[in-house]
Amino acid sequence: MSELRGIYTLWLREVKKFLREKPRLLNAFCQPLLWLFIFGTGMRFTAGMPGINYQEFIFPGLVCQAMLFTAMFMGISVIWDREFGFLKEILVSPISRTSIFFGKMIGASTDVMLQGIIIFPFAFLIGAHMNFVIFLEALPIMLLITFGLVCIGLTFASVMKSFEGFGLIQTFINLPMFFLSGALFPLTNVPQWLLWVSYLNPLTYGVDALRTVMMGYAWTPLFPLYFSISVLLVFDVIMFTVGTYAFSRTE
Amino acid sequence: MPPIIQTCNLTRRFGSNTAVDNLSLTIERGEVFGILGPNGAGKSTLLSMLCTILKPTSGTATVNGFDILRQHHEVRKSIGIVFQDPSVDADMTGLENLQMHADLYNVPVSEVDTRIKSVLALVQLEDRAGDFLSTYSGGMRRRLEIARGLLHYPKVLFLDEPTIGLDPQSREHMWDHIRMLKKREDMTIILTTHYMEEADRLCDRVAIIDHGKIVALDQPSVLKNGLGGDTIILGTKDGQALYDLFLKTKVSDNVQVHNGEVRVMVASANIILPRIMEQVSAARIHIEYIYLNHPDMNDVFIHYTGKDLRHEQAHGHIGKMAMMRRRRVR
Repeated sequence: MSELRGIYTLWLREVKKFLREKPRLLNAFCQPLLWLFIFGTGMRFTAGMPGINYQEFIFPGLVCQAMLFTAMFMGISVIWDREFGFLKEILVSPISRTSIFFGKMIGASTDVMLQGIIIFPFAFLIGAHMNFVIFLEALPIMLLITFGLVCIGLTFASVMKSFEGFGLIQTFINLPMFFLSGALFPLTNVPQWLLWVSYLNPLTYGVDALRTVMMGYAWTPLFPLYFSISVLLVFDVIMFTVGTYAFSRTE
Repeated sequence: MPPIIQTCNLTRRFGSNTAVDNLSLTIERGEVFGILGPNGAGKSTLLSMLCTILKPTSGTATVNGFDILRQHHEVRKSIGIVFQDPSVDADMTGLENLQMHADLYNVPVSEVDTRIKSVLALVQLEDRAGDFLSTYSGGMRRRLEIARGLLHYPKVLFLDEPTIGLDPQSREHMWDHIRMLKKREDMTIILTTHYMEEADRLCDRVAIIDHGKIVALDQPSVLKNGLGGDTIILGTKDGQALYDLFLKTKVSDNVQVHNGEVRVMVASANIILPRIMEQVSAARIHIEYIYLNHPDMNDVFIHYTGKDLRHEQAHGHIGKMAMMRRRRVR
């Protein structure tokens, strides 16, 4: 019971802080607009795919991108807590390390989900196929994507001691995961090597599953939905285990 | 009742450097116990081990009767700690910081509001409770951290350099708070400090630590007297007569004449001085001035560590304050 209360308060802290940072919310709202309306429009008229609205095609990819970047950022926020000392206050409390990790994870995940959901109204602007049922179907898939990504961020924060490595995460985690996920271009016509690397990227399965749900018949999935979801589940379990282990070793 | 803290051959090494070396120490309930030492003497390492965030290389300790290795959950519930560096969330209000702490320590929900009110009153921050910590001054943050440390009714309160970086006025305030805590709450307070005056005025007992070992441990007054007591200095034109008088009456074994000043070394000036005055007036020797030299904690410190803390302080602090400032800037 006391552990649950600790988890709750850690969750509440993350969500409060997220909602209080107005510039970040504004950014979260505006950045996808640039992708959808400038990048999306340009691509639609130059490299259009027959039978597919390119903006509708990248929409699930942009949801994933927003969640990916936020997840890494929120995970890394543990470094902030370390830097500003608050982490010590948590570590010296009677709450177990696993619960601290879990509280942080669901807190950051809530922020990431909010970030993803903010983008949904734009679907109507680009004339995408969207309704409440589709939205409800997308949520659990988004949740599965979020958990694993947040755990990656938290794992890095447990290993890294300062912000110096933050740029490396942008270059070696965020952008490759984004580009290799099929978020911006379909993986059906790419060379074999690129396809295989993309298959190693868990986000590929997230984007594919989300696209399957959102685009319906207009989209031919790379994998059956149940397969993508299974991969995401395995990804979550592995990352949660690794993350808890890494975090419990911090002193 | 068992002692509140007992360490048994407690050791912590960092590579080849032994920060805490085979340290055995007993602290009784209700004491204000001071840990003094130069920078890098192992004070913070000792504290980190006692509050279970650092594992000892060997040896162990009990806090409130619980083993720091096997019962860290119980140990953590028994202690409150105010770290040397700030450990509050500056993006949250004072109230929110306290509320989080109450949740983390599972303070009974029905009592949370009353307790928060009373600890805020104790550190006189009631009217700032709703403000964000980022708007607090350094001293106010410290006070809030003390309030937070008390919220779960700990048996032991650790204060790691509670007044570092505070101006003299805030420091005086902090001392008042600590004295009040000792009086009002039934609590053992363990503080590390750099300030000799702080140790002298606040602590019931003081341990001086150097190179991870205890080099002296006693009440501040006993430590000071251990240095051979006080010096009484009398200024007179008739130095030799005074010297002869003191040798005859045997007020002290150690009397010197120097530049028209007579220096008398005694165990305690408080007792000897009245007798000296009687003898001097009986012998009709004119005294122009008189003053006393009490050894202070700094003399004790130099005696045991061979280091002058005043110099250390100057160096160490600039670094630490700069660090704190850097952390606050966001």
